[in-house]
Amino acid sequence: MTGMERLIIIGMVLLGTLMTRFLPFLFFPAGKPVPPYIRYLGRVLPGAVFGMLVIYCLKDIQWLQGGHGLPELLSLGVVLGLQSWRRQMLLSIAGGTVCHMLLVQYVFWAF
Amino acid sequence: MKVEMIKKAFRAAFPYTVPIFAGFWFLGLTYGIFMHAAGFSFWYPALMSLTIFAGSVEFLTVPMLLGPFAPLSALAITLMVNARHLFYGISMLEKFRGTGWKKPYLIYGMCDESFSINFTAHIPAEVDRGWFMFFVTLLNHIYWFTGALLGGLCGAWLHFNTAGLDFVMTAMFVVIFFENWRQEERHGSSLWGLGISVVSLVVFGAGHFIIPAMLGILGILTWRRGRQEMEGELVK
Repeated sequence: MTGMERLIIIGMVLLGTLMTRFLPFLFFPAGKPVPPYIRYLGRVLPGAVFGMLVIYCLKDIQWLQGGHGLPELLSLGVVLGLQSWRRQMLLSIAGGTVCHMLLVQYVFWAF
Repeated sequence: MKVEMIKKAFRAAFPYTVPIFAGFWFLGLTYGIFMHAAGFSFWYPALMSLTIFAGSVEFLTVPMLLGPFAPLSALAITLMVNARHLFYGISMLEKFRGTGWKKPYLIYGMCDESFSINFTAHIPAEVDRGWFMFFVTLLNHIYWFTGALLGGLCGAWLHFNTAGLDFVMTAMFVVIFFENWRQEERHGSSLWGLGISVVSLVVFGAGHFIIPAMLGILGILTWRRGRQEMEGELVK
């Protein structure tokens, strides 16, 4: 592939990303009322999409081999426990990540 | 005083972005190293992290750039992988209103993490919403760009045991899901989101489950709205 062709590929990826980000705002510009169905989606979609992103993050766990997902499940427990206890986002994320690193590097390393 | 207002928004926004800093530097470094290993000069990851600013699809550009020249297929793949941004945009239509000249940049920089923070953050009443969201987006953009640039520059000689550090992104999305859950009056759509994604993952596999999951979520939420209307509930 020539340098120009590579730039075109990068340009296409940029164009696709811009389309997915700007299209909703072009279809429903400020000042015009947003259709009720779209407002409904804006209200209920985030919960569903956050759920989907959680599953997306966990998608590569091998349940039948290695640690059987135990390092991930235990660390998830730490994250949720810390978050309900202190509600400090940074603390929960750091605690869960350190727990996961320790488990993967020192406890479940043999798998 | 305008400068004071901007400073205040920055001080409010910065703490929210610290976990993203850790996550983006890790992922950005990984991405830069990945591109370095594929034989690309550091300016490729630098240019792409600055302009495209969408992590998952930037990783995918490596096979696209190494394979045969196929610009339309590159566009199609990008639209599919980034289709979730359409959902983000619909959710942010109201929140981005009245942000003036910052609005195009807020839309341009609306990656998963910027969207998640800007959608869920409790912005204090005395802090300007537009500037708060602007700084969240700008800081995330800077973290991602510098991470990818560094990874591309020094990819060859970076050695430390990072095993397990990738969990930082998982932890972040779990906290966001949990906080959104606590704010919800009803959990139907969160539960459907989890359930449909799990079913789709089992049926279609890790590489192909996102698109069917999104279609399933849209279908179920649309069906639920129709049902709620029939039951006479107020659906705005």
